Amino acid sequence: MNRFDYVRPGSVAEAVAAAAEPGAAYLAAGTNLLDLMKGGITRPGRLVDVTHLPGLDRIEHLPDGGVRIGALVRNSDLAYDPHVSKALPAVAEALLSGASAQLRNAATVAGNLLQRTRCPYFYDPASACNKRDPGAGCEARGGETRLHAVLGWSEHCIATHPSDFCVPLVSLDATVEIEGRAGAREVPLDALYRLPEDRPDRETVLEPGDLIVALRLPAEAASFAGHSRYLKVRDRTSYAFAVVSAAASLRLDGGRIGEARIALGGVALKPWRARAAEAVLAGAELSERRFLEAADAALAEARPSGDNAYKIELARRLIVRALTLAAAGTPERMPALPASAFSGDALHA
Amino acid sequence: MTFRLTLTVNGEPRAIELDDPRVTLLDLLRERLGLTGSKKGCDRGQCGACTVLLNGRRINSCLALAVSLDGAEVLTIEGLAVDEQLHPVQAAFIEHDGFQCGFCTPGQIMSAVGLIREGHAGDDPERVREGMSGNLCRCGAYIGITEAVLDAQARSAGVDQGEAA
Repeated sequence: MNRFDYVRPGSVAEAVAAAAEPGAAYLAAGTNLLDLMKGGITRPGRLVDVTHLPGLDRIEHLPDGGVRIGALVRNSDLAYDPHVSKALPAVAEALLSGASAQLRNAATVAGNLLQRTRCPYFYDPASACNKRDPGAGCEARGGETRLHAVLGWSEHCIATHPSDFCVPLVSLDATVEIEGRAGAREVPLDALYRLPEDRPDRETVLEPGDLIVALRLPAEAASFAGHSRYLKVRDRTSYAFAVVSAAASLRLDGGRIGEARIALGGVALKPWRARAAEAVLAGAELSERRFLEAADAALAEARPSGDNAYKIELARRLIVRALTLAAAGTPERMPALPASAFSGDALHA
Repeated sequence: MTFRLTLTVNGEPRAIELDDPRVTLLDLLRERLGLTGSKKGCDRGQCGACTVLLNGRRINSCLALAVSLDGAEVLTIEGLAVDEQLHPVQAAFIEHDGFQCGFCTPGQIMSAVGLIREGHAGDDPERVREGMSGNLCRCGAYIGITEAVLDAQARSAGVDQGEAA
């Protein structure tokens, strides 16, 4: 691990000023950052420790029915918050399907949003990577690409975003509150992330010094609570990143679908909102035929970035399965294996 | 630059001076406080051998910077037994053959203590396995580990008081 200056600011304003310097990085739990630093993947010259900043570790239920989640709330605290697990069950299920209990106890909400890709070529300093070293090239192209992107990728980068949490969040119109040198602003989570295009090193719209202070979910997100699931296919049943995942939420209106929300994980460098699929389902009857049409619409633009065409069909089937499970209703209790396709109710869908 | 912090380690307040902010909690425990029970397996948060309780919750101590933890309470495997009396989870691991070589065992036990405190697994072996998935055992003692956790939890809940310590 490289040497660095350690700074512990007393306020958000001090933090922003300290982190705006070149080479500075924010430190929260450090579960991703320390791993990257130990591997020599990132070498920040200054760590700005935000874990002692007051007021950023609260979950607030707003008068309008929305939820405001402080940036430092730990993943497990959010997943087990009684209100959140009831009102936003797919968010809780996604959180509990990610990482391990130890990591969820430490990792923060904002850290989860900003975790870096697990592309093995990004993680290997001996491999060329445009994300690590702009212009160096991408050794993932033509390499071992089983887990790489099938949507939104470019010839410069075919990595995927690893977060489970972000997938239902982006489907439910989550936003992030950002404090920066120019003051405070709010950005839709979907717009926080950039697609790789020709600058895969620019991962988000955050500017130097920008600090995510909270995550917000609108009141409307809870209207899907009764029919909301997250489903994740991975190489192991637990403690593994998604090969492909899907968040599906339905608001039923009589026997028909009032509104649907769908997003995919593991397929692109950002959590992938499938608006075309949602449009297919709006006002439609509940039927497998419609679910298949929606899945086709979600993957219409997909193309393999290597030896991963199977992910397109996998994502299509996962959307149908997630919609089927969502239509059947959110389980009363969190499944023993959250988001698993092999857990009780999910097996027979 | 010297960083001064105070930690309560296994109930004992420790004033710590660090000459380098790169020291992880795991390295602090092992190399500077002489508490070598917490093991360094992968040192990257993948194996769970370094699991300790931080403010009552299980974490990977290899992925926490000590300098950031000023004021925290840390419980390690060395702090579990009271005098010669093993903690119920320790006793259950012995009774159920929850280990072979023993390298992962301090992390397994601290993780199990954390899992039982969290209280989400109940008596469902599937939920216990899921909750313990952050702890790898190369000897493959998982069957005994799951039995030990279920047994220790039942005793802690007073279900099996006749055998409780």
